[in-house]
Amino acid sequence: MSQTFTVVVNGEQRSIDADPSTALLWALRDAWGLTGTRFGCGAGSCGACTVWVDGVPTHSCDTPLWSVDGKNVTTVEGLSEQGPHPVQEALIKHQAGQCGYCLSGIVMRSAAAVDQARAAGNPMGEDDVRQCLDGHLCRCGAHNRIVRAIVEASEG
Amino acid sequence: MSSPSLSANPLLSTWLDFATPGRVTAHMGKSELGQGVDTVMVQVVADTLGVDVARIDIQAPDTATGPDENFTAGSLSVPHSGTALLLAAANARQLFLAAAQRHLGSTDVTLEDGTFHSPSGSTTYWDLDVDTDVTVDPEIPLPPSSGTIGSSYARIDLEAKITGQPSYLSDVRLPNMAYGRVIRPAFRGAIGVNVDREEFLQRASVVDVVVDGAFLAVIADTEIVAIKTAIDVADSAQWSGEPSDLTDDEVSGFLTTVETDDTLLAEGESVNPNGDAHSARYSRSFIAHASIGPATAMAHFDGTVLEVWSHTQGVYPLRRDLARALDIDEHNVRVRHFQGAGCYGHNPADDAAFDAAYLSLRVPNRPVHVTWTREDELSWGPFGPAMVVSISATTDDTGQITTWSWDGFGNGHSSRPSTLPTPSLLGYSHLADRPAIPPSGDPPLAAGAGTGRNSIPGYDIPSVRAVAHRALEMPMRASAMRSLGAHMNVFAIESHLDDLAEKHGIDPVEYRLHHLSDHRARAVIETVAAQSGWGTPVAEDRGRGIGYARYKGLGAWCAVVAEVEAIEEVRVTGLWIAVDCGRVINPDGVENQIEGGALQSLSWTLKERVRFSNGVVTSDTWEDYPILTFSEVPPVYTTIIDRPDEKWLGAGEASMGPTAAAIGNAIASALGIRVRDLPITSDAIVAAMGD
Repeated sequence: MSQTFTVVVNGEQRSIDADPSTALLWALRDAWGLTGTRFGCGAGSCGACTVWVDGVPTHSCDTPLWSVDGKNVTTVEGLSEQGPHPVQEALIKHQAGQCGYCLSGIVMRSAAAVDQARAAGNPMGEDDVRQCLDGHLCRCGAHNRIVRAIVEASEG
Repeated sequence: MSSPSLSANPLLSTWLDFATPGRVTAHMGKSELGQGVDTVMVQVVADTLGVDVARIDIQAPDTATGPDENFTAGSLSVPHSGTALLLAAANARQLFLAAAQRHLGSTDVTLEDGTFHSPSGSTTYWDLDVDTDVTVDPEIPLPPSSGTIGSSYARIDLEAKITGQPSYLSDVRLPNMAYGRVIRPAFRGAIGVNVDREEFLQRASVVDVVVDGAFLAVIADTEIVAIKTAIDVADSAQWSGEPSDLTDDEVSGFLTTVETDDTLLAEGESVNPNGDAHSARYSRSFIAHASIGPATAMAHFDGTVLEVWSHTQGVYPLRRDLARALDIDEHNVRVRHFQGAGCYGHNPADDAAFDAAYLSLRVPNRPVHVTWTREDELSWGPFGPAMVVSISATTDDTGQITTWSWDGFGNGHSSRPSTLPTPSLLGYSHLADRPAIPPSGDPPLAAGAGTGRNSIPGYDIPSVRAVAHRALEMPMRASAMRSLGAHMNVFAIESHLDDLAEKHGIDPVEYRLHHLSDHRARAVIETVAAQSGWGTPVAEDRGRGIGYARYKGLGAWCAVVAEVEAIEEVRVTGLWIAVDCGRVINPDGVENQIEGGALQSLSWTLKERVRFSNGVVTSDTWEDYPILTFSEVPPVYTTIIDRPDEKWLGAGEASMGPTAAAIGNAIASALGIRVRDLPITSDAIVAAMGD
């Protein structure tokens, strides 16, 4: 039973007619062409699809449209208005990735944490970053580079 | 110098193209798999041509325009493609320099970023008319390097991925595109399916419901409808056939009793395992590729020509298998590589390509995009083969190993496209009246072998016997996964070596060096021992272990020291690695590959096992097939021994075997328990206590 849902994505109002159980991820990718959010598992187990819902990192692959109707969603495309976010700059500087498929989800998760850490003047340690990313899987083995980059980004 | 890639594609124009002013296009036959090969090829071409790296464009593998370099496999992209592009660029530079000298009327010509300068004027690669349809001379003297080769250039593709730009085949959207989803059989052994097509065809945006034998798929106008319909179709489908009843617990017994094809790899004397020899048996479960992004493909059929986009490791072999599977003339099939998520061997990329191709024939003139589910990715792709290895070895009174015997049992390590008697594409094997995928084969020893990869120890041993027993039935579909048999074999050999060292009361590092005259082997071991503080005391509850191998006996030398903590469970607390992969093009890239390989091997070695029963793979989610998490990743300290005057040897797989071995030996050191069956879980340690 299709219904109309309206979500504010990266500041722009978007609408879709879809089954209420449709995952936010597929609305982003299929209907609105925002492919920066990646499909990994569909069960909230790998983190590749992480976006912000009202500023909170959320797995878009098992978040149904009915639960985000009228809310603000931020994707990797809308994370930063001017140039890359400090987390992205640090990941680029540290060449922190191989295939890169996990990275946009990791960016969204860690950017929220780094923004908080910088606002509080309280940089993250390596263990903080590892815990922050334990819901994110990387198969290429780029973990340590990613951790070093995020620690550095959190130092401001 | 030589390269099989160049021998197969000898024309300069196949590799390099100067048609666009100010740009050079390098045509690849090897795929960017996330390993960074495109970036190092940019460095090779830029350095050798004498142009800035920013001027080089990489053309991804494409059967319509690029060289046939077979598969992107075996840590051979740099040795094969790199050498081909190096020689092509050196030939181009000589040809263009000669033309520039003629054009400028001077032999006093210098080259700077593609521009040839002389006192009388200047010209460029793009101004000169030079025939590049010439055979590349492999004996050409190489121009001096500007240092671009040997420097850590940033990956050309990474920034786009970090900023979320469309980068992967799954991100490609074409006008009028249809979306396919394949619903796999409920169990292995299914031969047919009953589903009410008409019910689903009535749904809005559903284009087709395809039933052919045990191949079931939906095609829809949108991905959302394709996903939803596939779930509903799966729920209502009735499958016929008999499920196989083998379980993963029975695999070792199966592999050592099933009919085999035996290959003698080393002809030393037989060793009586019951005499004075030290004998032991080792095993590994099936393991999954477990890429973070499931397989994707796209295909378009115009009534004559089938065009397929795939993150395959080999566009030409895939084309051959698609042509015979679909009964289309090979020349009417074009396969183009497009990047996917990380690839570590023969994963379902080729299967997805078949799915998209087959579905595109149903909707001519519409591109069809197919993405697999996570569950199918973890359960229906080819697996890294399970293996059983028996080793017997004798020593003299001094500890010197005198005879060594290895027997390896398991499925072959390759069922890649176009290498078997019939197509090895999953969807094809499910179509009505089509043959099952034949048992996988093994590459020959000269190409590094498969089951027998690294089965012959790299040590000075007077008599070595090695026999590979390739199983002629597949409990699960097996094919190439990063380092093939080397992961198991190096683990087994190095575990066995530590047992012998302990028996003779000799330090494991000293024991290895005693059996090694090869100076590059000694160098990686001595380096890693020094870096890791080998010989210094370790903390309580901790152990330290070493593993060493030269990959395939032909490639990079690599030694790893692991430190583990074993309290309630085993945790790796540090990895030290020394590697010699010859001349290094991009040190940061080598470090990334070596560390990444070590961490993936750590994950396989401690955690990973494909579970199945009643024809169903039950380890089809991340909960049931857990891989290494961020908190489980130890610090890794890698030392690269650069050999600027030596050949390129490749780095992608060198650390897999030595890491597994170092971890096993560190656990034995910490606990006094030798675990010989992978993965080394808490259960496996408890089981090994009785041995």
